[in-house]
Amino acid sequence: MKLEGKVWRYGDNIDTDVIIPARYLNTFDPKELASHCMVDIDESFAQNVQEGDIMVGGRNFGCGSSREHAPVAIKASGIPVVIAASFARIFYRNGINIGLPLLEIGDDVEKINADDKLRVDVSTGVIEDLTTGDVFHAHPLPGFVQEIAASGGLIEYIKKNK
Amino acid sequence: MGMTMSEKILAKHAGLERVEAGQLVTCKLDMVLANDITAPPSIKIFESIGRPVFDKEKIALVPDHFQPAKDIKSAELAKIVRDFAVKHEIVHYFEQGRVGIEHVILPEQGIVAPGMLTIGADSHTCTYGAVNGFATGVGSTDLGAAMATGEAWFKVPQAIKVELTGTKPAGISGKDVILTLIGQIGVDGALYKSLEFAGVGVKSLTMTDRLTISNMAIEAGGKAGIFPYDEITAAYVKDRVKKPFEPVAADDDAVYCQVVKIDLSTLKPVVAFPHLPGNTKRVEDIEEPIAIQQVIIGSCTNGRLEDLQIAAEVFKGHKVADGVRCIVIPGSPAVYKEAMKRGYIDIFLDADCAVSTPTCGPCLGGYMGIMAAGEKCVSTTNRNFRGRMGHVDSEVYLAGPHVAAASAILGRIATAEEVQ
Repeated sequence: MKLEGKVWRYGDNIDTDVIIPARYLNTFDPKELASHCMVDIDESFAQNVQEGDIMVGGRNFGCGSSREHAPVAIKASGIPVVIAASFARIFYRNGINIGLPLLEIGDDVEKINADDKLRVDVSTGVIEDLTTGDVFHAHPLPGFVQEIAASGGLIEYIKKNK
Repeated sequence: MGMTMSEKILAKHAGLERVEAGQLVTCKLDMVLANDITAPPSIKIFESIGRPVFDKEKIALVPDHFQPAKDIKSAELAKIVRDFAVKHEIVHYFEQGRVGIEHVILPEQGIVAPGMLTIGADSHTCTYGAVNGFATGVGSTDLGAAMATGEAWFKVPQAIKVELTGTKPAGISGKDVILTLIGQIGVDGALYKSLEFAGVGVKSLTMTDRLTISNMAIEAGGKAGIFPYDEITAAYVKDRVKKPFEPVAADDDAVYCQVVKIDLSTLKPVVAFPHLPGNTKRVEDIEEPIAIQQVIIGSCTNGRLEDLQIAAEVFKGHKVADGVRCIVIPGSPAVYKEAMKRGYIDIFLDADCAVSTPTCGPCLGGYMGIMAAGEKCVSTTNRNFRGRMGHVDSEVYLAGPHVAAASAILGRIATAEEVQ
C-alpha cells in the first residue's frame, strides 16, 4: 500500500487527552470524534485536514489513557498512517487492532518537517520525504502482528482464523 | 536462566514452561475489565464477532467514569453497559450504589488476585501488580475480542528491576515513591517494559502504597508494575479472594534490562509540575509560592481508606483556605462507609471540603471539578497533561494526600509539616 500526503507535525509525548479530550468521550461515533481531534493543541487540524494527510509525532506518541477513541479519531480524520520516533504501547496496540498503520523511525523523525510531502509504503516501511529527498526505513512489525495489520485489524484477523 | 514475575505469569497462562523477553505469546485471561467509556465500543466489537461471552464470571464492568450520568449521552453509554450485563448475566457488574472506582473495587473485593492475568480497557489496569498479578491496559478492540475468546496476545516485556532499600519515613506515601521514580526514569523510561519491584524496602510499603505505585507504572510508559508476594499481600487478600491462587516470585537469576535503586529513607514530599507526571520536584525546592484554586483527593491512585486517613489527619482542626475548593472522593462505597465510621467525613465537612460519591469524574476532566482558564489544582490523581482537568490553560500539580490536604489548608502547594 503506497500513500502520499502532506505532513501534520507534532512533538514529543502527544497524549491521548490531547488527541481526543475526555469531554468528547460521551460518544464513540468516529466522525464526531474526528471533529474534535487535536483541538486543544491545534484547532486548525480538524478544520483543515485532508483525506490522505499524514501525522508525524516525536517520542512516546499516544501516551496516557487507553482510549481507543484516540486512534479512531485520527483514522476518521482521513489520516491513513502515523509516523513517530516511538509510540506508547497501548496506543500502538490499538492502532494495529483498528487497522491504522503506525511506523516507528526513531530519531530520523527530526528530519521531517510540517507540510513536507511524504510517500509511504506501509508494507515495506519505506518512507520518502519528497520535499527534502530523504528516505527513512521504519522498524518492521513483529511476527503475527504483521498478519493482524495485513488483515486490516484484529477483528478481521479473528474472523479469518476462527 | 531464571524468569521475572511477569515472565512466570505470562508463561503459565500461555501453557509454556518458560518464556523470555521479546517472545510473542497468546495467553488465557483470568479477568477482563471495562468501564462506561470503553465498554460500549468493546461491546460493539464483541457483537461483530458473533460468539457468546467466554466466561460470565471473568468479565468486570464498572461504570465509574461519567457516572452517576453527567449528561444524556453518558446515560446512554451506561445503558449500553447495563443492558449487556443483564443479557449476558455478567457477575461482576456494578450498579450505582455498589459501584466504586474500578481499580479500587477490584482489589478490595478480591476479584483480582496474586498470579492472575488481567487485561482492562483502562490504562490504569496495571494497578493490580500491587497484589502480585500481571495486569495491563488495552483498547476496546482487544477487550471486545477478549470477551469472546478469553485470550489476548502479548509481547513478553523486558523488565526493569526497581530495588527499594531503606524504610519509608513518616509523611511519605506511595505517591512520593512513584513520582520520584518517574522523575528519575522519565515518562517513557519504562516504555513497553515491566517494572518489577524488589528489595528490603518493599516491606515498609503498605498495600495502599503499593496500589498507588503500581497504578502509575503506565505514567512511565510501563506495561505492568508488579510487586512480590509477602506477608502484607497475604494479609490483604486473606478475606477478600475466595478462589485458589498461585503467587509468583522472581528467580534469583532472572534477567533485567536495567536496575533502578531508590532509598526510601531519603524521600521527601514531591509534586509533579504541569504538564507531565515526570516533572517531579521536591516541595521544599519550590522557590516562589504557587497559589492554587482547587484540590482533588481521590481517584484510582489515591482514593483508598488510608489516603483519606492521611488527609483527615492533616485537616483535623483546620479549614480549606479562602479561594480554594477541595473535593474529596472516596474510591468505593466501602471506603466511604468506613471513612464515615471513623469520623473522617465529619473532619472533611467541618473543614469545608465537598465530599462526593465514588467516581473518576474530575481526574479526566469529566465532571465534578472541571477547571476554568488560568486555574491551578493540586490533585492526588495520576495525570497532569495539558487540559486534562478542564480548560486547556488550567494546570494540574500531582501529589500525594499529605501535600494535597496541606495545600488546601494553606492555599498554596505545601507540605503537611507546614500546617500548624
